Amino acid sequence: MLTIGGLNQGIVLDHIKAGGAMKIYTYLNLDGLDNSVAIIKNARSNKMGKKDIIKIEGKLNDIDLNILGALDHKITINIIENGVIIEKRNPTLPERVDNILKCKNPRCITSVEPSLVHTFKLTDKANGTYRCIYCEQSFDRR
Amino acid sequence: MRHIISPTDLTVSELTDLLNLAEKIIQNPKKYSEVCRGKKLATLFYEPSTRTRLSFEAAMLNLGGNILGFSSADTSSAAKGESVADTIRVISSYADICAMRHPKEGAPYVASLYSSIPVINAGDGGHNHPTQTFTDLLTIKNLKGRLDHLTVGFCGDLKFGRTVHSLIYALSRYSSIKFVLISPEELRIPTYIKKELLEANEIPFEEVRVLEKAIPKLDILYMTRVQRERFFNEEDYIRLKDTYILNSRKMSLAKEDMLVLHPLPRVNEIATEVDDDPRAVYFKQAEYGVYVRMALIMKLLEVDLC
Repeated sequence: MLTIGGLNQGIVLDHIKAGGAMKIYTYLNLDGLDNSVAIIKNARSNKMGKKDIIKIEGKLNDIDLNILGALDHKITINIIENGVIIEKRNPTLPERVDNILKCKNPRCITSVEPSLVHTFKLTDKANGTYRCIYCEQSFDRR
Repeated sequence: MRHIISPTDLTVSELTDLLNLAEKIIQNPKKYSEVCRGKKLATLFYEPSTRTRLSFEAAMLNLGGNILGFSSADTSSAAKGESVADTIRVISSYADICAMRHPKEGAPYVASLYSSIPVINAGDGGHNHPTQTFTDLLTIKNLKGRLDHLTVGFCGDLKFGRTVHSLIYALSRYSSIKFVLISPEELRIPTYIKKELLEANEIPFEEVRVLEKAIPKLDILYMTRVQRERFFNEEDYIRLKDTYILNSRKMSLAKEDMLVLHPLPRVNEIATEVDDDPRAVYFKQAEYGVYVRMALIMKLLEVDLC
């Protein structure tokens, strides 16, 4: 198995659905950071078979982790300080997300009016389902 | 100020009030012929729909009010690229209430966010069509005498048929309702309605492919048209459009008091020989559409009959 060194300080986003890491990288705007970022794709996982992992090194004040719940609510967020995990949690599901998820329904009003804010509301907490407030189409995470 | 975007925007109690008012109008329409004098209804129709538009306009005229509007996007400022938000801001200063039909889903909701007059969704793409639902409920209530303890069959295009989705949501709020969903595989009801509405609320339903097998158990049969405009592909439309046709032979298998509803227009999914069957109430249903819209306009304009 590919090995990437442990972090002394930073965040590890574990249990990302295989193939989903690049999307998370983009949504979190990680390309705008100076920090070292490692993306591990298709890592072996007892729980998931395959998973993706993102490791971000250093102090992180500018990342909005709240949106992770809307993108992939099964992710585990590990906060690391002095080489040890000081906090391990799953993302909370925000009730509403604005201009993060985009409605892909070609019949939605947002498809013809670009100035509209793409807003999704949490409609099913158990399954982490978000729906467009305009057309009610659910957000497809694939 | 209230807007009606989805059929469930009215509580069951508000809906009962609305249907009761519509039934009073049916009994004595003359009594209501002046209650909206001096009021204007704008019909903003971004796609053609003769029936719904005329029904709204007839409703307002029956109440003594006036009407203005457009009947296609080509004859509105939408052709110049104006947004729904800007259009409704302007229309708000011209009229007292508006009914909007739009091919894009969610457009009337966007209008409601920027409007200073009540907005009624008159159909948005394959999404919602609340006044059709109120019409359907009035038809069932008035002719069946109840909205609960019913086995309701839906036949045809259950995937794109917004009238079907809206009526399922509306009827799910009443007790002892069972649904029989009759459609080809390709036009089945969307999974989210099954999971988030029917299964989540333990509402009994079955999905079947053959109309003859389902028809004997139904109290209501709601037929739908397989609509050309909802398909991306002409081949799929031609292959599926004649799949489920109701005729006298199939009607002979139904209960004596089953009602056949259809949002109209029909193409060929109900043979004309069925029209004379007393259980075929789809033309009566269209008439009820005017009464329920009259009641809705009165409620939203908060018009009281002294």
